[in-house]
Amino acid sequence: MSAFVGKYADELIKTAKYIATPGKGILAADESTGTIGKRFASINVENIESNRQALRELLFTSPGTVPCLSGVILFEETLYQKTSDGKPFVDLLMENGVIPGIKVDKGVVDLAGTNGETTTQGLDSLGARCQEYYKAGARFAKWRAVLKIGATEPSELSIQENAKGLARYAIICQENGLVPIVEPEVLTDGSHDIKKCAAVTETVLAAVYKALNDHHVLLEGTLLKPNMVTPGSDSPKVAPEVIAEYTVTALRRTVPPAVPGIVFLSGGQSEEEATLNLNAMNKLDVLKPWTLTFSFGRALQQSTLKAWAGKTENVGKAQATFLTRCKANSDATLGKYTGGASGDSAASESLYVKGYKY
Amino acid sequence: MSCFTTKFADELIANAAYIGTPGKGILAADESTGTIGKRLASINVENVESNRRALRELLFTTPGALPCLSGVILFEETLYQKSSNGTPFVEMLKSAGVLPGIKVDKGTVELAGTNGETTTQGLDGLGERCKKYYEAGARFAKWRAVLKIGKNEPSELAIHENAYGLARYAVICQENGLVPIVEPEILVDGSHDIHKCAAVTERVLAACYKALSDHHVLLEGTLLKPNMVTPGSESAKVAPEVIAEHTVRALQRTVPAAVPAIVFLSGGQSEEEATRNLNAMNQLKTKKPWSLSFSFGRALQQSTLKTWGGKEENVKKAQEAFLVRCKANSEATLGAYKGDAKLGEGAAESLHVKDYKY
Repeated sequence: MSAFVGKYADELIKTAKYIATPGKGILAADESTGTIGKRFASINVENIESNRQALRELLFTSPGTVPCLSGVILFEETLYQKTSDGKPFVDLLMENGVIPGIKVDKGVVDLAGTNGETTTQGLDSLGARCQEYYKAGARFAKWRAVLKIGATEPSELSIQENAKGLARYAIICQENGLVPIVEPEVLTDGSHDIKKCAAVTETVLAAVYKALNDHHVLLEGTLLKPNMVTPGSDSPKVAPEVIAEYTVTALRRTVPPAVPGIVFLSGGQSEEEATLNLNAMNKLDVLKPWTLTFSFGRALQQSTLKAWAGKTENVGKAQATFLTRCKANSDATLGKYTGGASGDSAASESLYVKGYKY
Repeated sequence: MSCFTTKFADELIANAAYIGTPGKGILAADESTGTIGKRLASINVENVESNRRALRELLFTTPGALPCLSGVILFEETLYQKSSNGTPFVEMLKSAGVLPGIKVDKGTVELAGTNGETTTQGLDGLGERCKKYYEAGARFAKWRAVLKIGKNEPSELAIHENAYGLARYAVICQENGLVPIVEPEILVDGSHDIHKCAAVTERVLAACYKALSDHHVLLEGTLLKPNMVTPGSESAKVAPEVIAEHTVRALQRTVPAAVPAIVFLSGGQSEEEATRNLNAMNQLKTKKPWSLSFSFGRALQQSTLKTWGGKEENVKKAQEAFLVRCKANSEATLGAYKGDAKLGEGAAESLHVKDYKY
């Protein structure tokens, strides 16, 4: 094999496959302290540890959501937090068959000499950190690389740097028992059309898989978290079927069948848009050798956050809202979503933030 | 799309898909004048045009054989030859639903500073040549890149040179209406084990698909012609199921689902070995988003040649031998070969020639 097969190989393959179970997907609840602060601000909630704990407890104890989720990505603080009656979140999740994951990157920094392009940092001592996270119960990791579309972007430098960073992160994870989610996000920002997004996405993914091969990453023990292929944020929207066609074509051209699952990011899409697009992809009558599911943050939590507004008396309502989105996306992974999951206006609200930084 | 747009796109996609029709495969009858000379010498037949023509006529008029074939690769001379009743070979093949293909490379030359590694030539004026071949009725092309396994081989230079030569050839073909068969053959020569072959094959294929992406090749309008993953020629043989497992895994890790079909070369395998291995692959229960078929030269013609011996009176028997191999391989593409093909003389004979040069 050109893949590195360490002592965790079987476990990695099993975990990756489980996360990709049809009908299930990932809740991305790994907002850093700074980022969750912005969310809290939008609902007038103070950004203190107890509130951050309360939100995640609300999500992780929502009745009926467990069958819809195969994994949850956590921020480091949350990995070590407990429920209000003292049970570690990690234990609660594992008992429910929901695998805990951990965000391991340390954000982006600018690439000098480029037009605002970035690379992602976090490789220093990553191996040691992964070992600690594994001990704490994490079984997968996530690292977000960011690229943008512009007149001369993404540059060859940015593509190479980000692809190599992802590959190095991936192999270090695998050496330490964590399934790496490989996330090369091409931002929606811009006035380009869907064809441009498709071309860039294909070029980026081709570079990513070449880098993974160069670094001997075991593809069967990875997951991909790409953007969907859509028009730019400043361009007219298109139907879910169109997004589905361009997205699946791009993936068929670049993602080897050995990858068990593709878990889409939602970018700035509204809850409903993201679900409809995922559904359309799973309905597409074309050969797809990997499962197509979700790894949504905002697109799973937006209306739930609003319903909660930080108040204990709203928890039940908020959890019901969360369940609605979980079920909708679970159905979407099976191509069974019939739309209109909730009359909630929040569900149709665009979550697009220009130049979004986590 | 990151692939280029061509007026031939729909035709390329349709032809590539057709070649991959389950139950069919390719007869590689593109031996150059020099190479066919060696074959004819082995059966004491003079290497003159009429004999070369007679051999190909024998193959193309075999009752029942053409339905097992979706394509035949021809050498340039043959593209313009006719059967004894004056029908151009190209017409004969087309009316039987067999696509004519054409070998377009001009052989290998050594890479200075390496240990006998090579690159393939033939890019000069290739566009013009493809246009003429298309006019003559060809609808696909073939270009053979060669790599070898050794202590320090294949080198990064050899991999890169051959991958990018293949990519340049591929896009030029597509610009001119020919489906390019991408053939990165890793020679079986050596005493390495199957794991080594797997590792090298994965590395080479990853480089090929990166190069094809860089050159904007439309993958849906291509075919892949790889070696099977086997132990080296000087190593102990393994069962077809083992070859199948390592081969399909290597392909799952590197070949995007957009590629409609993979048509294996037979290398030095005997007729029977090649068929059994192909059969085992098609019986394997695992993800195979491309069809797995054959593009055999020696492994389809060996016993036929011997039976013919250049004699008119042997044509019927030779054709029977050819039909046996065609049917066996057709069944193998469906995983339905029972191993009961009447073995013609030499069917089990290894066709390995050390450091084989076409």
